[in-house]
Amino acid sequence: MFACIYAPQIPADLSLTQFAYGFSPVVEEVRGGTVVIDVEGCELLFSSPYQLANEVAQRGQKSRTEDGLETTVSVAIAANPDAAIHAATYLKGIAYVSPGEELTCLGEFPIDRLDYSLIEMEKKVAGEVLETLRLWGVRTFADLAALPVAGVSERLGQEGIKLQQLAAGKTERHLKVKQPEPVFAQSLELEHAIAELEPLSFIFARLLHQLCATLNAYALATNELCVSMQLEDQTTHERKLALPYPMRDHKVFLKLLLLDAEMHPPQSAVRSVLITCEPVKPRVLQNGLFVPLAPAPDKLELTLARLAKLVGEENIGSPVLLDTHRPDAFRLKHFTLATKPDRRKRLKAGNPQLAIGNQPCLGFRVFRPPLRAIVQADQGWPTQISAWGKQRSVYGRVVKLAGPWRTTGDWWRDDRWGRDEWDVTLERAGQQTLYRIYRELKTENWFVEGNYD
Amino acid sequence: MKAALSKVELESDMASRFGDAFKLHEKSVVETLSTGIDEIDALTGGLPRGSLSEIFGPASSGRTSLMYSMLAHATSREETCALVDTNDVFAPTAAGATDIDFERLLWVRCAGDLEHAFKATDLLLHAGGFGLVILDLGDVAGKEARRIISSWWYRFRRTVEDRPTVLTVISEETCTRSCAALTLELKGAAEWSGNLLRHNAIKVNRQRPLSPWFHESQFSAVNF
Repeated sequence: MFACIYAPQIPADLSLTQFAYGFSPVVEEVRGGTVVIDVEGCELLFSSPYQLANEVAQRGQKSRTEDGLETTVSVAIAANPDAAIHAATYLKGIAYVSPGEELTCLGEFPIDRLDYSLIEMEKKVAGEVLETLRLWGVRTFADLAALPVAGVSERLGQEGIKLQQLAAGKTERHLKVKQPEPVFAQSLELEHAIAELEPLSFIFARLLHQLCATLNAYALATNELCVSMQLEDQTTHERKLALPYPMRDHKVFLKLLLLDAEMHPPQSAVRSVLITCEPVKPRVLQNGLFVPLAPAPDKLELTLARLAKLVGEENIGSPVLLDTHRPDAFRLKHFTLATKPDRRKRLKAGNPQLAIGNQPCLGFRVFRPPLRAIVQADQGWPTQISAWGKQRSVYGRVVKLAGPWRTTGDWWRDDRWGRDEWDVTLERAGQQTLYRIYRELKTENWFVEGNYD
Repeated sequence: MKAALSKVELESDMASRFGDAFKLHEKSVVETLSTGIDEIDALTGGLPRGSLSEIFGPASSGRTSLMYSMLAHATSREETCALVDTNDVFAPTAAGATDIDFERLLWVRCAGDLEHAFKATDLLLHAGGFGLVILDLGDVAGKEARRIISSWWYRFRRTVEDRPTVLTVISEETCTRSCAALTLELKGAAEWSGNLLRHNAIKVNRQRPLSPWFHESQFSAVNF
């Protein structure tokens, strides 16, 4: 059995849906001012559906402090939701529509009151059918219900049949229950503040497990985790973990979170933990049979986090060349698995004349920072070089050299650069090595930039 | 006849107690990864997968040039590569002139810390999925490289054994001892044309595996 509560004039700050939840957990919001509840099993609380309707009407008139709506409500009980809606909308007070006796209650309603939106019929289609019925002289619900089904079907089609069933109060459907918005957040307040990482890991594990279970239930994943910890010194320690791909594996999340906590520990003991995430659709990846070897995304992310902890976040990644002629200009970007085909193959596919070069290229090993050098020169040509640094030193006699080549750049900026470069072969203890040296134009200092290898 | 029968009886008796010691095992075909240089591929057959390879030589012997070629070839095959740069000497601006696809290259800069370099290599090998992992010890002094304990090399060899990963170590002097399945020694000689450096002529000497046939070439020359 279903009960429809009709209250078109309730204060704006009160919610008819919240009021209805006080009587049943299954509530459908039909439209503003109209809700339908499932009263199956209400006998345990209200002895009968009629008693429930009485209770609804009485409570509706009460003030908001008594959980009322401060207005008169109409309540109708029926065996199907649509009959209950029609009865509550057009009959004041409490109406009880016995199962099988729907037309007794609804039969006299004019056909204009037929709510075709309940059967999801378009306004235009419903208008045409109702107009036809008016032309036939069909005036009430009872008149429409009395028409032969076969005739209605032949002349008005399925739309006519649906309207006839609606008028007869014989539509059967489930309530369209509004699902509460899922909350993708888990929090825990601790009885005693925790200062060590190991006990905190158990808290993280529990919260992440619940969070991932919620994501799984909604078939979602996340590519960002936000952790907020309230500390004992009244401050908040917040961390954000950005993931390259949507994931929902709580074990991977736990390892990443612990690695991050080791690298960025909170300043004092933790009193409460809140973990939230932004749900997104999971990544759908169809692997082919001949896909080249690549690390698994979640394992790669863990490995990158471990490497970051070992050598520092700023020392791992893929190099990206900058659009400048400044020497050794590059930046590191976060390493992710390349998915698009090789750039050169795409270029080659577009232009068959291009070929992937097979000519070996002379390698260069750069010294960071460049080695400060003392150069003995003869009429401007280096003859002897001594250079030193923290980890290496370069000494030797120049046996062959090429240059100088002048390079300058960024002349419009404060950090403009200019230098004269040389390629030299240094000999030391019978060993010859190729180096690139340069002299800064501004300071006239010599440096050894690296060696060709 | 009598001796042959007794040998057969002895073998069957031993086989029942020592398993398949007397069975002839067929050597599985070793998959290799090309270095990108035909002359070196002809000499070595390529870098063996699932094994440790070593390339050593003094500065300006062509090690880095060979490394560029290996990375260019591996990334052109859409394989994910990793470079553990012990002394932070990799020059992206120079390597950019080659065909290396940087989006498939993970560069780990260790700022001269040898222990970090080895731990990083271990993490990468255990992660799996990399086609080529290069451990660059080229600027580590010979005496320091010789002090590296053998257990690291055995660990690497064992880790990479059942994977299709090529692990290559670049160093100044040989240090992997017997753990490397392939060892190449490089020697370079710059050739000048007037005041211009024409190219670096590299001589490649295959030290491991040794050829059982004396006439098979163990040397190759390449110009970079």
